[in-house]
This record gives sequence, structure tokens and C-alpha cells, in this order.
Amino acid sequence: MERFDAIVIGGGLVGSAIAYGLARAGLRVALLDEGDVAFRASRGNFGLVWVQSKGDGAPHYQRWTRRSADEWPTLAAELLAKTGIAVGHERPGGVHLCLDDAELEARRAMMERMRVQSGNLGFDYRMLDRRELVDILPGLGPAVIGASWTPYDGHANPLYLLKALHKGFTEKGGRYLPNSTVTEAGAMPGDFRIRVAGGAIGAPKVVLAAGLGNAVLAPHFGLSAPVKPLKGQILVTERAGHVLPLPTTTIRQTVEGGIMLGDSQEDVGFDTSQKPAMMQTIARRALLSFPWLRDLQIVRAWAALRVMPPDGLPIYDQSERFPGAFTANCHSGVTLAGAHANLLAPMIAAGALDPSLALFSARRFDVSPAA
Amino acid sequence: MTVELAIVGAGPAGMAAAALAAELGLDTMLVDEQGSPGGQLYRAIERAPPDTPLGPEYLAGRSLAAAARASRIDYRTHTTLWHVEPDGTLFLEAAGRTESLTARRILLATGALERPVPIPGWTLPGVMTAGAAQILLKSADLVPEGRVVLAGQGPLLYLVASQLARAGAPPIALFETTPLENYLEAARHPASLWRGRRLLLKGLGWIAAVKRAGVPIRHGIRGMRAIGRRRLERVAWEDGELAADYLFLHEGVIPNVQVTFALQLRHEWDTAQLCWRPVLDAWGQTSLPNIAVAGDGGGISGAEAAVLTGRLAALDAAMWLGHIGEAERDRRARPIRAALDRERALRPFLDRLYRPSRTVMVPAADEVIACRCEEVSVGQIRRATRLGATGPNQLKAFTRCGMGPCQGRICGPVVAAIVADVLGKPVAEIGTFRPRAPFKPITVGALADLEAAESAAESIACPSSVAQPLTLPPTRAPPSPR
Amino acid sequence: MFRPRPESRSTIVAVVVEGRAVMVPEGASAAAAVLAAGFDSIRETPVAGGERAPYCMMGVCFDCLAEVDGMPNRQSCMVEVRPGMRINRQIRARRIDPKAG
Repeated sequence: MERFDAIVIGGGLVGSAIAYGLARAGLRVALLDEGDVAFRASRGNFGLVWVQSKGDGAPHYQRWTRRSADEWPTLAAELLAKTGIAVGHERPGGVHLCLDDAELEARRAMMERMRVQSGNLGFDYRMLDRRELVDILPGLGPAVIGASWTPYDGHANPLYLLKALHKGFTEKGGRYLPNSTVTEAGAMPGDFRIRVAGGAIGAPKVVLAAGLGNAVLAPHFGLSAPVKPLKGQILVTERAGHVLPLPTTTIRQTVEGGIMLGDSQEDVGFDTSQKPAMMQTIARRALLSFPWLRDLQIVRAWAALRVMPPDGLPIYDQSERFPGAFTANCHSGVTLAGAHANLLAPMIAAGALDPSLALFSARRFDVSPAA
Repeated sequence: MTVELAIVGAGPAGMAAAALAAELGLDTMLVDEQGSPGGQLYRAIERAPPDTPLGPEYLAGRSLAAAARASRIDYRTHTTLWHVEPDGTLFLEAAGRTESLTARRILLATGALERPVPIPGWTLPGVMTAGAAQILLKSADLVPEGRVVLAGQGPLLYLVASQLARAGAPPIALFETTPLENYLEAARHPASLWRGRRLLLKGLGWIAAVKRAGVPIRHGIRGMRAIGRRRLERVAWEDGELAADYLFLHEGVIPNVQVTFALQLRHEWDTAQLCWRPVLDAWGQTSLPNIAVAGDGGGISGAEAAVLTGRLAALDAAMWLGHIGEAERDRRARPIRAALDRERALRPFLDRLYRPSRTVMVPAADEVIACRCEEVSVGQIRRATRLGATGPNQLKAFTRCGMGPCQGRICGPVVAAIVADVLGKPVAEIGTFRPRAPFKPITVGALADLEAAESAAESIACPSSVAQPLTLPPTRAPPSPR
Repeated sequence: MFRPRPESRSTIVAVVVEGRAVMVPEGASAAAAVLAAGFDSIRETPVAGGERAPYCMMGVCFDCLAEVDGMPNRQSCMVEVRPGMRINRQIRARRIDPKAG
């Protein structure tokens, strides 16, 4: 049975970022992945590196997201240098467009809460009115009355990121094992045996980063990962000359020139079928923001199941019963890639999560009876 | 809107099915992208002059078109299918507008497409498929000017050569790429030659016509390359080179399985024809009871067989929809099945003789473009496979291959074969790209204005970024951190 | 270049390809019109600017993308010519006009 220093289960955005970080730290890592047909939440990621609305009411999440966004440029540059792959990261700031006064007011209130909750980290935001917006967003639809803007937001190409992390991982000596769905897992403190189609492997550390699969895997390691699928559909237009200088929450232009339209959420279990009604909703909403989208051809659309923890916040945990076992789940695999590679992976390599991540433990879902 | 039977594709299978279905009293809709019936095999048939250089087989399509036109059907021209659901809901686009409707039964008659022939330089202007040359002749009465070379194998290659010669533009050479071992393999099964003698004689007639026209034919050609800077200038092969202006390639046709794969119907890898085909019963029914396939889309059998399978599917639909009984369906089917057996008799021989060589499936040179849309090379695909991509869909993530507008129609077979080759697995295990809606591009505006079959009564969770949607379904606050 | 078949008796339609009047048989596609006009290539790819011409002529390969009556990236082999139709080569990615819509 081949032994490694760490086994990461799940080769998506979360698993590959952690695996890359571990391999970079000098550990011998096995990264397990499924086959060509798998749920792969990474495919449903819109590509935002988004900060401005993360962690309202949860300052620890706000801080974690900010730290990740700050790590992003370093990570992107490092991946380019090491693998030759440009992940298309840009950080021009981002806007959340508002279509009526109630929405604008609610947004302003949220931004202010974020600022207050940010403490000495600070939170720089601007509420832009229509006049300011039309200067930076050409052809802005008449329905848009204002927006919130922060300098922290940006975007990247999720699939290039995935590819770069994989390549960086492999070049650091990591072992990628596709077609390796876990069939059996044996757990002992500091000693884990994982059986897959090709045989069994062992390691003193195991990281569960299997997205929706974590819900089933976690209990075997004395952990809990109560995540649910949330379907997202995305539309992409034909390539066009660049017009959008920064991303919005639901519309962004990629480096190649295609414009992505998205941010739908459907709570429909494990159904990955496309639904024209939802595609239509995405299209109509996009036209409210930019009427000139009307004549652009949609060349591709897809649906994928993303991962949603019960309160929307990530789950990071270490097993008390089986020390050495960790879980990592989140909805925002691109935004948090910086943190996962540069902050979380070193913690795992060192053997324990930083106390600052304690609030992300799944224990927060254990509701004890009122004291 | 609901129809009893929706037929997608107005080629021979679709036309024959529509005419018979209407005759049997079915409320039938026929949907096709072109402006007139015929599909590709009988494209522009209604405008064909009686002395067309395309020959009598082509003219035979006139009666099919006339019958379809004369039938009481809802015939939608210039209409594209962009999505279909297993429950029978079809989403169409025409003139920039979209609509949806339901059909109690669907018959997919979307035909075939040419197998990609990824040789070095195949993306150069001047390099086209033999079918493309034939379409230009059929639909636009145009012939290529200059030095024309045909290369590849299969009956269509000889047919197009003879048609071009008759049209006043004889090719300067026909390069046949049939590997020597194919002749030996095909010769081992003489029975199908006898049973399929009618078609065999027809094919031999085409070959003779090409020879009579004085077109030089070379056999056993290997290592085809297209050379040129901004367009084709020379054609090269292992043993020589030739200056040329046009190179028409052909290595057979394969079923168009875009819609059947999008529906996730059951498919099997046809080891004789080296292509995917939907699993069908004797009436063309797929793994979904309300969806059937007729014509070359179910497996390559040619124009005549397409007509016959179209009629079988119409009979079956008529029975399931209660217009005729099972006994009548079977009675009417008998002579059709007998004719179908005769049409298919030569197929085993043709499949063996014209089996594509290995390099057609897996190009040798790394620089050859595999994905024309995104300009991804064979080498890039090999490298991504070694990096860990296990199949075409993961490859999409790693290379963008398959993300272009053709959605893998052209590159799918090549990509799968390359991955299979690198991993040492059979192609059947590798799978193919999963096609998605929209099957063909539609504008954001057309999608936004979609007229649905029934109102969107289902509650659809709207994204939180719209607090008060204007004319959109009611929002349901999702637990999102956004 | 493609030329009309010597014995062709088709009705002729006049279209405009890259500003030049071109006569093509009725029923021809816009892609055929570009080939008949003598252009070798019909587009330059958005990725690397490579020159492409129609490959399949049946709506599968998407190499025939051209601007037809002002609409970019149309599958020109699937568009039937109409008198006065304006057809232009598709040079790389389309432009966006933010004033449209």
C-alpha cells in the first residue's frame, strides 16, 4: 500500500488549491478525483473573486475573504511563473447593480454594516449613483439606478485556475489520481487508509475536499459536512471586443471576450438539467443592466451543482476523534483559492487549524437546547 | 401548443416520415433549419434541373419533397431546435424569435455529418469536405475553379468526383486512402457483396465514370498534408506533392448525435463504423419511449434506408398515438423491412472496406489542429490527458477544446480517439462531449423573449441581486452570502 | 474561387460582398456568395487571427461565420441570399455597440 504525507480527496477548486499548497510545502500528496462524468461544482463557478458582500453578520468570514482576495495576486503570479498558465485574474473592483430604490437602500445598509463589522481591518466602499456609473459602464440600462462598489473585488478564469493548480501540484511532485472514487475508508488517529479502484493508499493526514461528496465522507472521519447542492446556470456569449471594465455580481466579461451571465440559484436536489425558464430569467435580468446584450449570441450554457453549507459560510474542521482528518467546504471556490492555497494548506501541513478558523467548524450547526 | 408528432429534420427520413404520418392522420410538425426540404442528401432538390450533373439518384428526391409539401403538416422552415426535454417539450428558434411547444412523440431525423479528417493544414482556406463541394454544386450551381484534388475513401468520394466532372470541373486527381489491409478484410466476407449487388453495381458505376472522365486515381495514399501560407497551395502525401487550389476530403460520414446525447439517451459505440449511435429498437425508438430516431442519425445506411426507417418510425408513432392498430402497423411494415434489408446488405462490406485508417482517428503530428473553433492542437490534448484529464469533458476544462460554437460536433471524435490512445483505453470507454442547450447559438434577446408553451407556474428561485423583479417570477430568498 | 457551372440556368440574385456586387444563383447561401466573389477566406479567427473558409457547408463546423446584413458571426452557409444582402468577412471577435438595444 503506497503511503503519502497527505491525501486530499477531491480535485476541484478547493481540493486542488489545498493540495497545491501542501505539495509546495514539501509534503508528498495524493490528490484523488472522480472520472470524466462527475458533479464538479468547479464547473458551475462564475469566476468572481468577490469580497463586498461576504460575511455580513459574520466578521470572521469577511476577514477570511479579504485575506484570500489579498493573497490572490501573489497566487496568480506564482502560478504563472511556475506553470506558464495565466489564470486571467484582474482586480479592478466590482459593482453590484441595483434596479430600484429599495434594493439600493438595502445595499447601502449592508455596506455600512460590513464597514462597522470590519473593525480595524476597515472596509472601503462607495455607493455610486447612476451618473457615476454611466461613465464607467457603457450602455448601462435605464433600469439601473445605482450600485455599491469596493476596490477589493475582481475575477479570474475558474478553469484556468483549476488547470494551473493541477499543473503546479504535479510539478511539485504531487500525485494526481483520477477515476479514484473512494470506496472504503479506514480511520485511526494519525493513520488513514483510503481504498479506490486502483488499490489502497495511506497517510497520516487526510483532507476531505470532495464538495457535495463530503456530506457522505465526513462521518467516516468523525466529522460532519452538512452541505447541500444548489444548482447554478450560466450563459456565455460569443467573443466580443472588450466593453466591460469591471465585473458585476451577475455579468462579467472574460479575458477571451465572451460575456458570462449568471448567478441563478435553484434548490432542486441533484438535478443538473438546464431549464430554459431560468435561462430566460438570467437573460432578461441581464438586459435590464445592459440592453446592448440583446443582439449578442449565446454560444454556450450549462448547469452545475454548487456546494451550499446551511448558512452559506465555509466549513473548515479538524477531527477530534481522528486527529489528522480535515474537511474543507465552501460555496466560493475561486474567491477562497488564495486562502486555501496560502493560509489553510500551511495550517494543515503544520497539523492543526488556526484558532481563528474555529468559528467555521461544523459544530456551529449543532443547536443545543436553550441554556 | 401541442402536436402529436414533431419531426426534426427534413432530409429523406424526415420527409418520408412526415408524408406517411400525415397520411395516417397524425397531427404532424416538421422542423428544419433550411428553407426548403431535402436535408443534405437532397439539398435544394426542388430547384434541381432535370439534367443536373448530380445524377438520377439525386433527382429521386424530388418525389419525396413533393410528397412532404403536399401533406397536411405544419412545416417550419428556417427553424432551429435549440433545446429539447425528455418530456417532449421542444424549444425552437426562427428569425430571431424563440418559442416552445410540446409533442407527444418526437422523431429525430437529423442525419449525419462528415467524419473530421484532421490532416496537417486542414484549416487552410481551400480545404473542405467532399460533401461541401457537393452542396455548393447542389444549392448554388457553383464549381471550384482551378486544380481540384479529392482525397479519402468511401462511395461519396467517387460520386462527387463524377459529379464535378459532369459539371465541367473534373478533379486533377483522386487520392484513395483505403489501407491495403481493408481490401483483405472486406474480401473475407463475400456474402454481403452478393446481397448488396444492386448498390455495388451503382458504386462501381461511379468509379467507372470517374475513370472515363480521365481523372487520375491513386490508391494506398498515406500521410496526406495540406500546404500553403494563407490558403491551400500544394497537396502532399508520403510519396509526392502536387500543386492544388482545392482539396476535398472525405473519410465517411457519422451519425449526428448532438441531440440524442443532449437528451442523455442510451448510445453504443459501433465498432464497424467507428462512431457513436443511439440504441434503437426495430422501429427506431430510443431509450425514451416518446423519442425515436430515423435515418443516418441512427446509424449510417444511406438515403434509401433513411426513407424506409422514416416510414417505419411514422407507422410506430401512428400506432402509439392510437391512429392504427398493431396488426396494421406490422402488416404495412413488412415490405418496408424487406426493402430495408436489401438496402443494408452492402453495408458490412462498405464498413470493412472503408474503415478509416488509424491516423484519421488519431493524427500522428502534434501540430495538427484538433479543435478548429478554439485552435487547440493534438499535442495540447495529449499533454492535458497526461496531466490527468480523463475524458473530453475534463479536457474542456483544461484546454477549452469543445467550448467553441460547434460544441464538439467536429472535434469530438478526434478528441476522444486521442484520449483513448494516450490512456490505452478503448474509445467506447472514453465517452464524448456533453452537448448543451442552446444546440445552436441564439441571441440574449431571443432567449429573453421566449414564448413558453405554458406559463412558468413553477416557482423559480431568483437571484438575490434583484430585490423586486419587474416581470419575473416571484423571488425566494436563497441562503446566499451574496 | 468558385464559378457558376457552365450549363447553369439558375435565376440570378445580386448581393454585396465586401462592398462589391456579386451575382449568385437563387438559393445559394451567403457563404457560397463569398466563395463566388473570389475570396479565399471568410473570416479571421478571434483566437489567433488565422484565416478560415467554409469547411462543411452544412452548419456543423462554424468556420463560415460572417457578418450578414450587419449581424456578426452568422453561420453564412445556413443563410439564403436575398437581393441586396450585405455580406462581410468576420474579422476576429465582433464589436459591441453599447448604444444598441
